[in-house]
Amino acid sequence: MRFFATPGELRQRGVLGINQRNAGYIMRYNPRRLYPLVDNKLETKRLALQGGIAVPELYGVVAIEHQAHELASILAEHPSLVIKPAHGSGGSGILVISGRMGKYFRKPNGSLLSLETIQHHTSNILSGMYSLGGIPDKAILEYRVDFDPMFEHISYQGVPDFRIIVFKGIPTAAMIRLPTRDSDGKANLHQGAVGLGVNIATGATSLAVHHNQLVEHHPDTGYETTGIAIPRWDDILRLAMKCADTVGLGYLGVDIVIDRNLGPLMLELNARPGLSIQLAIGHGLLNSLYKIEAYRQLPTDPEARLALAKDLHQWEDISKVNN
Amino acid sequence: MNSLTAKGWALALILLGLAITAYKAYELGLPLTPEQNTEVWTVQAQAAFKGKGGPAKLSLFIPETTPGFMLLDEDFISSRYGLTIAKTHENRRADWAIRRAKGTQTLYYRIAVARSNQKVDWEIKPGFPDPPEYEEPYASAIQAIIEDVREESADVESYTLELLKQLNSSAPNENVELIRDQASNTGQWTSEIINVLKGVRIPARIIWGIDITDSANNATLRPLLQVHNGSHWLSFNPETGSEGIPANFLVWKVDDKSISALEGGTGLDIKFSVTRTYAELIDIARQGAAKRDSFFSEFSLLSLPVQNQNAYQLLLMLPVGALLVVFLRTIIGLKTFGTFMPILIAMAFRETQLFWGVVMFSLIVSIGLMIRFYLEKLFLLLVPRLAAVLVIVVILMLLISLITNQLGVERLLSISLFPMVILAMTIERMSITWEENGAHQAILQGIGSLFVASISYVVMTNENLMYLIFVFPELLLVVLGLCVWMGGYTGYRLTELFRFKAMLGKEVK
Repeated sequence: MRFFATPGELRQRGVLGINQRNAGYIMRYNPRRLYPLVDNKLETKRLALQGGIAVPELYGVVAIEHQAHELASILAEHPSLVIKPAHGSGGSGILVISGRMGKYFRKPNGSLLSLETIQHHTSNILSGMYSLGGIPDKAILEYRVDFDPMFEHISYQGVPDFRIIVFKGIPTAAMIRLPTRDSDGKANLHQGAVGLGVNIATGATSLAVHHNQLVEHHPDTGYETTGIAIPRWDDILRLAMKCADTVGLGYLGVDIVIDRNLGPLMLELNARPGLSIQLAIGHGLLNSLYKIEAYRQLPTDPEARLALAKDLHQWEDISKVNN
Repeated sequence: MNSLTAKGWALALILLGLAITAYKAYELGLPLTPEQNTEVWTVQAQAAFKGKGGPAKLSLFIPETTPGFMLLDEDFISSRYGLTIAKTHENRRADWAIRRAKGTQTLYYRIAVARSNQKVDWEIKPGFPDPPEYEEPYASAIQAIIEDVREESADVESYTLELLKQLNSSAPNENVELIRDQASNTGQWTSEIINVLKGVRIPARIIWGIDITDSANNATLRPLLQVHNGSHWLSFNPETGSEGIPANFLVWKVDDKSISALEGGTGLDIKFSVTRTYAELIDIARQGAAKRDSFFSEFSLLSLPVQNQNAYQLLLMLPVGALLVVFLRTIIGLKTFGTFMPILIAMAFRETQLFWGVVMFSLIVSIGLMIRFYLEKLFLLLVPRLAAVLVIVVILMLLISLITNQLGVERLLSISLFPMVILAMTIERMSITWEENGAHQAILQGIGSLFVASISYVVMTNENLMYLIFVFPELLLVVLGLCVWMGGYTGYRLTELFRFKAMLGKEVK
């Protein structure tokens, strides 16, 4: 039993490392001037609305410390909402409030919060505690996604979201991040969420990773995670492509949730998407990236690109048959 | 293409840095390791005479070409005298002059030398002397010796050796005896030998020098015989025939002229004394380089005031620490709090030493974290909370210093120089990581930071490395080159080999 893979083994499986991601993809395909568009979630939302991309509704913004009463009034109007920093990264600083119980507010895990706690959290956001570099920030209050019941069995107290890597306008890899008890309802893999690979070509889930271990069942609910067909998969991919077209980043991570009533909504965009997705999809990104880079001219029409993306991932199914 | 350009730059920088270093090390003789002290000899010539009341002029030959020694410094102590230094082909002469010299006059010349393996030689090539007209009975004696020696020799060197052997034989024949009677001291004896050598047209001369021995108060000049073999001068002891300039022989002057000349005074007495001192090898090398008017010695950090030198010694280690961090993060893939924070912690360890530094760091951060978790419940704003943590860190340090002072552990008193702001920031970041990503991540990154700081400390306090960078600051170009090189590294990080291990399992299945 080895505890490590050799560089040759990783290369053979097309695994993209951090250094190569930074130098070969982020620096090359993501112009720095576009970063503010994705690093500032308010800006992303504005841009998305302009581009006709569905996003959770914005209830309000808290920008200065004294707006505490506004916070209270927004909470009174929308007892179920999400508070997040405009410049947060990696899911930090996100507070989800699922409802109201008398004086208190309820988190999805059932614990209760006082208004004072929420105000403190908001003030932490404002003072830049969660922003990159600690610069003063704004707090965004937005619609709390009512997630589609299809995920009920494979999710634990939180919103499962899709992470799709779009490279040069072509969807290249996709996974669903399922919150677990470990991850405290958060959907980040390094916080203990389950990463569930999704085949781009078919929209069916494959194997999953939890804490870098392969799993086939959700660790908390026990339901099987493999082989679930994602409904409206093509719409999800189209949304991801539209996001990439709108923001103009060549190597982009798009986070999408499926709302019970509103369908796919773009949650946020990431100019430096993580590499754990490779564990979830079971193979490296490099093969697809190289293939796309090899094209002298990529189609511009979204439907043609969708077809190309599916085409590029047919082999995944074939490899499964062989196994 | 870009990565090729980067690699080209990296390579160019590294080679340039190494080339300058090599030049300084091998051409200028700057030592590559901080060796301890080396001997410096101070030779003093004291000239004393009685003035007649009128103008006086004293000439004294002083060393010019000193094979085996490097001239570090020289002093002329001659308060009221005017001084000029005259240069002849092989010698230098100090001329002191004064308008009125009355009573005892004492003048000093002092020279500091150190051993050196630099090749020094006389450049002037002599002509061949004409054979002198020897007078009888010497003419036949010399002729006989010349013939004898010629039988046993092949060239200038072997001829001289054989001649010296015969002339200094313990059982001399009558011809040798005749010549020996001519000389009453070594100087005259050497002149006699030169006279014989003229008979076979071998250019020869006498050089005078001092035996540099352990602090001698009354050293005297002694002569050596030199013959020219057509390309350079060979030296011989005129009495023993042993070849070469002895290791401790400091050449003072060439030729048989008197070492000094005095006008307007009487009772000239010249005394030589030798004292030994020690100096850092680096100083000697630097002075040696300065004497050669090297560009690099002019711009050496060693020419800065000492207190600035100390600051730079510390400063110059920062890039080395940064290089290490680059390596540990890009190639190994360790996670730390803050990019260069570990370097600053490593700097702090310099005061406390590694073990106590790590203990202190862990202790303060742990206690600080506990208090920080309590502060969380008070709903403080970020900046005031940071300030509060900072104050707590200072108080903790104060307490530790007081307690350790009571216990008599002096080392920890120096903790006061610990970077408090850095500690406070570490506590803050660690507590956020703790809440966001769990205790596991926070402790892992904490240990990572401490580990990188420890390694940085070990590397940055390495005496040899500190010395190297300080004396050869062009090595920073090498550091820069390596940074650029690693900046173009797109291979896997060591930690990724573990992170993506699960990728193997999936395909094996």
